[in-house]
Amino acid sequence: MPPLWAQRSYTTLQLREHILLAYIAERLVKAAFILIAILVLNFMLIHAAPGDPAAVMAGEAGAADEKFLQDLRIRFGLDQPFTVQLWTYMKGAIQLDLGYSYRQQMPVAELIWERLPATLLLTMTAFVISVILGVVAGVLAAQKQGTWWDTVISTFALLFYATPLFWFALMASLLFSVVLGWLPGFGYETIGGNYTGLRRALDIGTHLILPAMTLGLFFTAVYMRMTRATMLEISRLDFVKTARAKGLRNSVIQRRHVLRNALLPVITLAGLQAGQIVGGAVLTETVFAWPGIGRLMFEAINQRDYNVILGVFFVSAAMVLLFNLITDLLYGVVDPRIRITK
Amino acid sequence: MTLLSVKNLSIALPTGSDRALAIKNLSFTLDRGEVLCIVGESGSGKSMSANALIGLLPEGVTSCEGSINFEEVDLLKLNEDKMQALRGRDISMIFQEPLSALNPLMRIGDQVKEVFEAHNLLTPSERRKRALELLQEVGLPDPIKMIDAYPFQLSGGQRQRVVIAMALALKPKILIADEPTTALDVTTQAQILNLIEELRRKYGMAVLFITHDFGVVADIADRVIVMQSGEVVEAGQANAVLMSPKHAYTRALLDAIPRLSFGEAPPKPTDQIPILSISNLSMTFRSRSSGIFRKARVVKAVIDVSFNLHKGETIGIVGESGSGKSTLGRCLVRLLVPDKGIIKVGGQDISQISGDSLRQHRRRIQMVFQDPFSSLNPRAKINRILTEGLIAYGTDKDTAQAKAHDLLKLVGLDASAMQRFPHEFSGGQRQRIGIARALALNPEVIIADEAVSALDVSIQAQVLDLLADLKDRLNLSMIFISHDLRVAAKVCDRIIVMHAGKMVEFGPTKQVLGTPKTDYTRSLLNAIPGQDFERALAKQHGIKL
Amino acid sequence: MSDFWFRYCKNRGAVIGLIILVFVIACAIAAPFAFPRSPWSMVQRPFLPPFEMEGLLLGTDALGRNVLSGLFHGARVSLLVGLVSTIVALTIGIPIGACAGYYGNLVDDFLMRFTEFFQTIPSFALAIVLLAIFQPTLGYVILSIAIVSWPPVARLVRAEVLSLRNREFIEAATLSGQSNLRIIWHQILPNALPPIIVLASLMVATAILLESSLSFLGLSDPNVMSWGYMIGAARTVLRTAWWLSFIPGIAIMLTVLALNLIGEGLNDALNPRLRSLEK
Repeated sequence: MPPLWAQRSYTTLQLREHILLAYIAERLVKAAFILIAILVLNFMLIHAAPGDPAAVMAGEAGAADEKFLQDLRIRFGLDQPFTVQLWTYMKGAIQLDLGYSYRQQMPVAELIWERLPATLLLTMTAFVISVILGVVAGVLAAQKQGTWWDTVISTFALLFYATPLFWFALMASLLFSVVLGWLPGFGYETIGGNYTGLRRALDIGTHLILPAMTLGLFFTAVYMRMTRATMLEISRLDFVKTARAKGLRNSVIQRRHVLRNALLPVITLAGLQAGQIVGGAVLTETVFAWPGIGRLMFEAINQRDYNVILGVFFVSAAMVLLFNLITDLLYGVVDPRIRITK
Repeated sequence: MTLLSVKNLSIALPTGSDRALAIKNLSFTLDRGEVLCIVGESGSGKSMSANALIGLLPEGVTSCEGSINFEEVDLLKLNEDKMQALRGRDISMIFQEPLSALNPLMRIGDQVKEVFEAHNLLTPSERRKRALELLQEVGLPDPIKMIDAYPFQLSGGQRQRVVIAMALALKPKILIADEPTTALDVTTQAQILNLIEELRRKYGMAVLFITHDFGVVADIADRVIVMQSGEVVEAGQANAVLMSPKHAYTRALLDAIPRLSFGEAPPKPTDQIPILSISNLSMTFRSRSSGIFRKARVVKAVIDVSFNLHKGETIGIVGESGSGKSTLGRCLVRLLVPDKGIIKVGGQDISQISGDSLRQHRRRIQMVFQDPFSSLNPRAKINRILTEGLIAYGTDKDTAQAKAHDLLKLVGLDASAMQRFPHEFSGGQRQRIGIARALALNPEVIIADEAVSALDVSIQAQVLDLLADLKDRLNLSMIFISHDLRVAAKVCDRIIVMHAGKMVEFGPTKQVLGTPKTDYTRSLLNAIPGQDFERALAKQHGIKL
Repeated sequence: MSDFWFRYCKNRGAVIGLIILVFVIACAIAAPFAFPRSPWSMVQRPFLPPFEMEGLLLGTDALGRNVLSGLFHGARVSLLVGLVSTIVALTIGIPIGACAGYYGNLVDDFLMRFTEFFQTIPSFALAIVLLAIFQPTLGYVILSIAIVSWPPVARLVRAEVLSLRNREFIEAATLSGQSNLRIIWHQILPNALPPIIVLASLMVATAILLESSLSFLGLSDPNVMSWGYMIGAARTVLRTAWWLSFIPGIAIMLTVLALNLIGEGLNDALNPRLRSLEK
């Protein structure tokens, strides 16, 4: 019998994966239910609007023409009973048919598909910026609690927290684009540039800086405050004292014991913030004329194009759900209490 | 050979605390291989002295005077780097709460290996080897599985063993143990104490053991220091201090310890129908499956419990954590609905009733709770706390107030307490108010759920005396739930011992404690610390009598 | 009570916040007296810069309207919307959270699924949708903001009630024959109040930000002059008259900052951390 230290370690890897899979499957089912509920909500909103649903759907484009409205009614089965209509709507939505935009003369789904990548680029970049900056600033403020560093960082966070995003975006574009002329403050890429490949990517990149920084900085404050508070709270816990009693250096303790545990609430917070960042995208894209679904929604509001409004609403909710799934998964991987039973 | 020498240590508390100095003029020495116990109640400064030795004082607290000399070096003057080198290697510390002492996101093995890493010793594979050896040495089952486990997969006792393994990894010269067994069951406590003693002998360590339990002192200490309000009131060889204490405070503490006295036989039941009759009571907890794919966890907390309580009698329910005694208590007062079985109060079945009839019967069984800090509404004056129940049952305000005055007098508190808030009272006083509240509705049965467990030893004795006094005066029928057999022995006529939800023993106190029928009860009795001391004390008193 | 003030005033930021808020409230109250003419009326030539003319301290906007008057009247709108929508959100959220926490089991499951659903939907998007479909009057703005703001209240109240429900003094209240409703109202909620109050102050701040964002996009009541609207209207002239966007933004920022500081001050004052150094 080989000595204790030479025996192979017992792996619970397979068992672990099983439980993690069950956890994910559960979350997926929940997400599906919520999507269906949102579709029902969408449907009810169209019919809750005062006035004729057909007129609502036709928007400004076709409200005047009675024949047109009658066509709409037949086409969308508005003369059918409620439940049949609901079923038709949901069937359509599953097949990615989100209606038709009369203003733009395109199916809504196509419109959204065109603009979605721009929004994803913006929100993902902003998210990464906000989390990284926020956590780093929070850790710094916590470690240097009470000093000048802490006061400055906390004050900045307080100010950013109170700043309206759209105004901040306007001022940023004013300063960096209009006054200083360092960065482009409009659009996705230089009009008439016709760049390709790397040149194009760089062009998009420079256009991305202002909107992403604005949106990102706005949420940095949220992560910074949460990280700082959690780090301070955890530093007071018993297991940190045990770590000190072992003679570990403070930097190791902060990294391995405090920060690792502090990341759990940050992941949860990220999930909760997903909805906010999507809302922020609407404002940012409007100010910077960024061609994403947020801007699409703004245009649709002005044009009273309800199908587009509801379509974007549905897609943004789906994006939030997906993001929540990812954060749930991440949480399940980081926290062993979720994936291992006793 | 003197290892550690503390001279005139004084530690100041931040302004606004209830006293200026946490510790005043503390002096003692610790020799190689000896066990020194520091005894005191809460607020005595015992933990603070331990924290000072290892340099882990809480924020805002600074040592202001004195010196701590370890191997010719004054620890108070050492800078943080050198102090870190010392911690874990020459001086180690283990703390009170095993459930929160380990990082929940790190594996056990990694946390043990960290000790070596902190002092830059051994290669990674050697560290793993040593970690496995350590885990085996502290008596953990299946070290190979343990090393990859996470803390939440271990019990409290197992976690404390891991903490001990970490503390002893580098064979320190001094081990400081700050109440390491207070949060553990009595059987687990005995095992951990044995482990510490065994390892101490093996490595020739000096141990500074902080505790509030004289029984523990009697079992393990070579020398003892008694502290009160930050000052040393008595110090000396353990035997001398325990058998012939010189200071009044020490004497008071020793007297307050409940002895394993065997009272007289229980009185014969005088009533036809027992005041409380329990038949085949069972309670199972099913956790709501928190997901579609996860199985619900089923815990059988109480299994088939039956007994009768007669008027004027006190029955004790004793068990360790997880034995089901608290669940049983809550079923009896109908804070929980039992799955199976019958509870009869004075012949009437209250086990499944609800709504208004339940309300009518509630006043017949009342409870005194465990935690003096959360059993009283912090936003209500004592006035309101005592009269709420009466008013809810229809008594008018003036009569209720008068009754509240009487109750306060009964439990030994001044009538001026009526207009004060709970936070203005001490733990012992709050328990008295809790008892007064329980008596307000003239219940037929009182359930005391670990009513004295959260109190200091001296206060505990006072409250137990109060309960005994009230029992006689009001001819109360009481059920006394406790994890401490000694405490139960003091007030109970008969005792039920519970283990894993079942009743394993039931009989008169004298019989259960003197001639237990089951092995489990015997193991409980054997685990109680300080029994040799008890016997010696009894002999001494026997001689004195 | 004086204890509370003492603790509150220890936080310098909180005191500053209170001063700012009092100032803003004063402006709001003074608006109809200081500027009796409607803020929509033309008073001078457009684009008059600030500090140039007597009586027009902050100049005029793109349509010749008095900017300072707009600020004062805008204060009324912001505070009104912030306060009322928060009250409505609390009225929805507190009962839901309290029932979910106290009754548990199926009630809790159902109410929490419902709350989760509302929390998952991106709140700003939902507010936009609601206002786009219904008429953009101030009442609907308040309602929309309340509808997207109540879930955090329910979650907080539920968490507090859950932790209090297992406290021994609640069990004692049950034993003393008090009815469930009485226990929730008299025992649990008063003890759950401090974090709710802190949350409420932060919610007013968020509501003001939401309202200004909505009116910036043109979704608010067109008859109401609000700070967000002023910024939105000045967007096209950002290059030439940047102060028209800048000034109302500062107003929003100061008000929201004041409310956040007050929230933190309330937190410190209502939950004094008990430092127990001795075990």
